[in-house]
Amino acid sequence: MHFDPVLLSRIQFAWVIGWHILLPAFTVGAASFIAVVEGLSLATGREVYVRISTFWTKIFAIAFGMGVVTGVIMPFQFGTNWSRFASAAANVLSPLFAYEGLTAFFLEAAFLGVLLFGRKLVPPWAHFVAALMVAIGTLFSSFWILSANSWMQTPAGYEIINGQFFPKDWIEVIFNPSFPYRLAHTVVAFFTTTGFVVLGVGAYLLRRSRSVQEARLMMSMALWLLTVLVPLQMVIGDMHGLNTRKHQPAKLAAIEARWDTSKGVPLTLFAMPDDRAEHNKFAIEIPLLGSLILTHDINGEVKGLKDFPADQRPPVAIPFFAFRAMVGCAGVMLALVLLGGWLRWRGRLYDTRLFLLACQCAIPLGFIAVIAGWFVTEVGRQPWTIYGLLRTAASVSPSLTGSDVTLSLLGYMAVYLLIYPWGLFLMLRLVRKGPLETSDAAPAIEAGRPAAPVLAPAINVVKGEVR
Amino acid sequence: MTQVLDLVPIWTVILALAVFFYVLLDGFDLGVGMLYGLASDARSRNTIMNSIAPVWDGNETWLLLGGIGLFAAFPTAFAVIIPAVYFPILVMLLALVFRGLAFEFRFRDAENRTFWDHAFCYGSATATFAQGVVLGAFIQGFPVRDGQFAGTSFAFLTPFSVLTGVALLFGYGLLGAGWLILKTEADIQAAARRQGRICLIGVVTAIAIVSIWTPIMSSAVATRWFSWPNIALFAPVPVLTGVIALWTWRSLNSKAEAAPFFGAIGLFVLAYAGIAISLFPMIVPYQLTLWEAASSPRTQAFLLVGTLFLLPVILTYSGWSYWVFRGKVRADVGYE
Repeated sequence: MHFDPVLLSRIQFAWVIGWHILLPAFTVGAASFIAVVEGLSLATGREVYVRISTFWTKIFAIAFGMGVVTGVIMPFQFGTNWSRFASAAANVLSPLFAYEGLTAFFLEAAFLGVLLFGRKLVPPWAHFVAALMVAIGTLFSSFWILSANSWMQTPAGYEIINGQFFPKDWIEVIFNPSFPYRLAHTVVAFFTTTGFVVLGVGAYLLRRSRSVQEARLMMSMALWLLTVLVPLQMVIGDMHGLNTRKHQPAKLAAIEARWDTSKGVPLTLFAMPDDRAEHNKFAIEIPLLGSLILTHDINGEVKGLKDFPADQRPPVAIPFFAFRAMVGCAGVMLALVLLGGWLRWRGRLYDTRLFLLACQCAIPLGFIAVIAGWFVTEVGRQPWTIYGLLRTAASVSPSLTGSDVTLSLLGYMAVYLLIYPWGLFLMLRLVRKGPLETSDAAPAIEAGRPAAPVLAPAINVVKGEVR
Repeated sequence: MTQVLDLVPIWTVILALAVFFYVLLDGFDLGVGMLYGLASDARSRNTIMNSIAPVWDGNETWLLLGGIGLFAAFPTAFAVIIPAVYFPILVMLLALVFRGLAFEFRFRDAENRTFWDHAFCYGSATATFAQGVVLGAFIQGFPVRDGQFAGTSFAFLTPFSVLTGVALLFGYGLLGAGWLILKTEADIQAAARRQGRICLIGVVTAIAIVSIWTPIMSSAVATRWFSWPNIALFAPVPVLTGVIALWTWRSLNSKAEAAPFFGAIGLFVLAYAGIAISLFPMIVPYQLTLWEAASSPRTQAFLLVGTLFLLPVILTYSGWSYWVFRGKVRADVGYE
C-alpha cells in the first residue's frame, strides 16, 4: 500500500481527539453543574436537588467513563505517531501535560469514586466536596491542556537549539499570547454546551409531563446561565478573533477565504473557495463589514492568503465552512436565549410547547459548535504543529509505514463507531427515565440472568468437557 | 543558568515509582478483571467488579503519569520506545477502552450484559498481555538512529516478548487473586485462593525462565549479574524471591487474608528490582542512558517543584478514597 503515513496519522489524531473533545465538552460543565446542585442540596436540604444531582451524576458517569478511556489514548499518540514532534517539543510542552495529570486527573479519579458510590459512606458535606473536587479537576485539566495547545499555536518563551525547543521563561510559555482567549472561549463553550443539554433535557421532560418539578428547575437554572454565557461567548469569540489576526494571520485569511490583502474588505457570507485558482466562486458578500468585524475599523486592513507562500497556507474550505457553522450555531443559541428570557418574563416559559420542542432540538448545538470551532483552529494552523516553526510533515514518527497507520486507524474507527452510539443510547435511556424514576431503589437487573461463568466455554475446553 | 544539582537520579526514582505504582494498582484491578471471567455466577461477578469499581479510574491514572512522566523526564526514550511498540500500545489502549467502559455499560445495559462481561474479562487480559509484550520488547532493546526508533513496527514480536506477555498474565492474576482474598469472603475468596496458587506457579516459572533467558540474550546483563563482586551483592534478589514465593504459597493455603496480596507485591518488587539491576543506567536498553535521554535541566527543575508538592497530596487523597471503601465489599455499595 502507498498510503501516506503523515496524512493517515493526521486523520487518526483528528479522529481520536475529535471524538474525545465531545465528552469534556459536556463533562466539564456537567461536573460544575452537579457540584452546584449538590451545594444547593447541602444548603437548603431540599430533596429535589438530590434527585437532580443523582439523575445527572448517572449520565455524567457514562460520559466521564468514556472521556477517561478515550483520554488515556491521547498522550500516547504523541509517542506512537508524532515522535519527532515529541522529541523536539518535550522540553517545553511536557511539563504542561504532566501538570495536567498531577493537578487534574488524579483529583478527578480519586473523588469520582466517592461521588458515584460514596453517598452512603461519607457525610453529605464530604460528598459535596467530592463533587467539587471532580469539577475543579476538570477545570484544571482544561487549563493545562489549552495552555499546551495554545503554545503550539502561538509559541513563546522558548529558544531553539539544534532543532529542539528549550524553555526560557515558563510564565511566557504557559501564558502564551493566545492562551487567555482560547481558555476563556473553550471553557465558556463547554459550559454553554452543558447548559443547552440541561435545558433541552428539562424541556423534553416537561413535554412528557415527567418529573415536572425537577425539569422546571433544570430549565430555569440552565436558562439563567445561558443568558449570561451566550452573549459573553460572542464577546470572547470576537477578542479571540482579534488575537488570531495578530498572531496567525494566515489562519484568519483562511477563515474569511480572503486571497488579497486590502482595506475595507467585505464580509463573505458564502463562497466556494478554490485553493488552486486562489479565488472564491459564488461569493455572497456584504461590503465593508469584514473589516469592521475583524479589525473594528471600517477601513481596517486584512491580510490575504497570497501574502503567504503556497506551502505555508492552510486549506481554506474547512476553516471557512466550519467557522460559519460555529457562528450559525451561536446565532440560533442567542435567539433561543432571548426568546426564553421573554417567555420567562411573560410567565410562559414552561408551557410554550413550541419553545420546549426547540430547546429539545437544540441539545446538539453546543457539540456542533465545539467540533466546528476545533476544525477552525486546528485545520487553520496547518501546515504546522508548532506554528511557523515545526511542520506537521516533519513531526511524524519516522518508523511508521502507511499500512501501519492504516491498521491502527481502522482499529480506532471500529471501536469508536461501536462505543459512541452505544454510550449515547445508554445516556438517552437514562434521560427518558427521568429523575423521579431513577431512584436508588431501582430493581436489581440481575433477576432472571443465567448463572454461568463468563468463560464457561473456555473452561470446559480446558477440562475436556466440550459439549 | 548553571545547574548545581543533577536531577536525573531524582527523576529516575520518581518515574520508577510511578511506573511501579501503576503496575501494582492497575495490576491488581486488571488481574481482578481476568479472574472475573472465572466467577461462577452473576452475584459473584457483581461483588468482584464492585471490589474495584470505586478505585480503578485512579489506578489507571498512574499509566498516564508513567507515560507522561517518561515524556517529560526522558523524552528521547519516549520518542524511541513508544513508536517501537506501536501495535502493543494500540492493542492495550483499545482493550482498556472496553474494560473501562464495562463498569458503567454492563450496569446500565442489562440486555447486553454478557457482551460487557466478556469485554471486561478479555479486555483486562488483552491489556495485560500487551503490557507484558511491551516489557519484553523493552528488555530486548530497540535499534536507534538520530534519537529516533530505526526498526519496523512488527519487530516487537518475538518469542521472548510473548513469554513476558504470558508472564504478566500470571503476575497480574496473582495480584488480583490477592486483592479478592482481601476484599471478599466465603466461596469467592476460596476460588481466589485456588486461582492464586495456579498464578503463583505460573509467576515463579516465568521468573525463572526470564532470569535464564535474559543473560543468555545479553552479555551485558550476564556480566552485570555474574561478575565478582556483583554475584554476591545481588544474590539476595533471587534468594528472597524464592523465600517470598514459598511464603505466599503457604499463605494461599492458610486463613491469612492480607498475606497473599503482600506476598504478590513482594514478588513484583523483586522482579522490578531485577530488571533495574540488569539494565541500569540504560533507559533505552543497550542504546541510551538515563542521562543521554533526559530532558533539559530547566524542564526537570520546573516540573520537580510541583511534583514534590503534588505527589504527597495525591497519595493522601487517593489513600482517603481507598479508606472510604475499606473492608469487605458491601452489597449495597457500588453497582447493584
